[in-house]
Amino acid sequence: MIWDGSFRKKIIKYVNSDTEPFLREGEIIRAEGLTKCFGDFVAVDHISFSVKKGEIFGFLGANGAGKTTAMKMLCGLSKPTEGRAEVAGYDLKWEVRKIKRSIGYMSQKFSLYEDLKVWENIRLFGGIYGLSDKEIQIKTDSLLERLGLEQQRNMFVRSLPLGWKQKLAFSVAIFHEPQIVFLDEPTGGVDPATRRGFWEMIYDAAEWGLTVFVTTHYMDEAEYCDRVSIMVDGRIEALDAPSALKSKYNAANMDQVFHTLARKAKRDE
Amino acid sequence: MIKYLIEKEFKQLWRNKFIISLIIILPCLVMLVFPWTTTMEIKNLNITVVDYDRSPVSAQLLNKLSSTEYFNFTGLASNYSEALQHIESGRSDIVLEIPASFETDLTNSRSSSIMIAANAVNETKANLGTSYLTAILADFASQFGGEVPVNISVESSYRFNSTMDYKIPMIPSLIVLIITLIVGFLPSMNIVIEKENGTIEQINVTPVPKYSFILGKLIPYWIIGVVVLTLSLVVSYLMYSLPPQGSLILLYGISIFYILGISALGLIISNYSTIMQQAMFTIFFVIIIFILMSGILTPISSMPQWAQSIASVNPLTYFSEIMRMIYLKGSSFPDLIPYIKPLFVFFVFIITWAILSYKKRG
Repeated sequence: MIWDGSFRKKIIKYVNSDTEPFLREGEIIRAEGLTKCFGDFVAVDHISFSVKKGEIFGFLGANGAGKTTAMKMLCGLSKPTEGRAEVAGYDLKWEVRKIKRSIGYMSQKFSLYEDLKVWENIRLFGGIYGLSDKEIQIKTDSLLERLGLEQQRNMFVRSLPLGWKQKLAFSVAIFHEPQIVFLDEPTGGVDPATRRGFWEMIYDAAEWGLTVFVTTHYMDEAEYCDRVSIMVDGRIEALDAPSALKSKYNAANMDQVFHTLARKAKRDE
Repeated sequence: MIKYLIEKEFKQLWRNKFIISLIIILPCLVMLVFPWTTTMEIKNLNITVVDYDRSPVSAQLLNKLSSTEYFNFTGLASNYSEALQHIESGRSDIVLEIPASFETDLTNSRSSSIMIAANAVNETKANLGTSYLTAILADFASQFGGEVPVNISVESSYRFNSTMDYKIPMIPSLIVLIITLIVGFLPSMNIVIEKENGTIEQINVTPVPKYSFILGKLIPYWIIGVVVLTLSLVVSYLMYSLPPQGSLILLYGISIFYILGISALGLIISNYSTIMQQAMFTIFFVIIIFILMSGILTPISSMPQWAQSIASVNPLTYFSEIMRMIYLKGSSFPDLIPYIKPLFVFFVFIITWAILSYKKRG
């Protein structure tokens, strides 16, 4: 849309007379007072945080704490009621299209097309992000080889086991080489071994410099993150490295940290 | 970008065996069967006669009636109430009561009265049956006029349907109906299915512009619409040897706008719906209203004023009129302009709405 252009950005810059950049050195996401209301219900209540370039950032919270809502705002899927945020250097209010070009997203619910084949799903999303036929073809071959899915290339996605579907969805989400990938409970419903395999993929991608923003409620997964934030009733109650949180709350593992904090929750699921 | 979206829609459509068979079977079936069943002509009306006269003249009249192809004798009744029972049990559509003085009246005073009672549950049948019967009676009475028998049968000229074959005017209307049903219903299911499956979210998080997404959805249905139109034209030509009287290019040119407009309407409904049932019932409601108030089934001029104003903003009114004019009269572009203008306004309005109603940020 024309509204998305730099013209609006100039207006913003002009209105926000402080010429200092919003994102600090080394940051890729910064949110200040980000809020989302549905009627009277405040799903996300003035959260402020920042994510560093290249880190694996865990976004924890009980069901209904507002994790998914917060993530959907950052992805440009839903509009914040209040607050300001920048993602990959673009303003969340005015430059949603540019943000979308720089991020990948994998939703809680498996959302590739079940009635398309494996290669067709990859081709569709590659094409939507503006890759050429040639690029798509080369990248598809190397991706399928890396995943060990060459045999399944012509299979319909619906006939893949859930663990494979999740790996494929993650690969499709980062196929266009975004700067950040948002993963919303990416490993729901699979066994621990498959989850471990999935996290190995995340680590591989992070080594290439990708920033990973991941929500989960498996506390062992929280230990894999560089830093985690814990949301309770729409607010961020704690944010630090897992080791720092454990010593702060005098806990043996993240599970105990989580329980100490989540006990304060007043909101029902 | 849009190329990949269209490609995806086609793959999904092509793999859906139900949709493919619907696109092929529905037009063929409708064109083969409906013209025969929706004919406005009435034949084989069941008639019960109460003959109080039982004279040679009344026998002559009965003979004349049974010699036409319009009436079937279901029997004589001894009195009127017995005849009414025939109607109530559904054995008869019309009762003809001949008075006891029929022969004497006719020969002496040259006039007699006969009662006709028709079952008006089916109004068309009752009206047409009564007028056929009246015409035959008038003809019969004129033989007793003493003068040279005059033929009073109604002379009407049926322009553009000179053979009085009622299957013919139905054909363009049926084509309009088939197109409206297929390209209205299918897109209304489309986006809402993506919502139910959650795939729409994966699209919404991409930078694909709203108009690309909507056009990517519309173009496949547009092609389906053209296929359906072609299929209907071919079948009606093979079956009824009826080619359109006017220009095929004009017919296709206008249909293209209509098809895009109706598919966009389906997409709008899909955009506003959260589950498939909701989309299905909404499009069902809209299409039924469109069809009933379009002049396809009943003439607009006989509708009450409020209904006429609804018909005047109904795209189907204009499209079916255009279709009939091209198909039966062979009208050319200048004659069609008053009908094309509102159709074009509808097209622009509905496409814009379809793009705007798709909720996506950026």
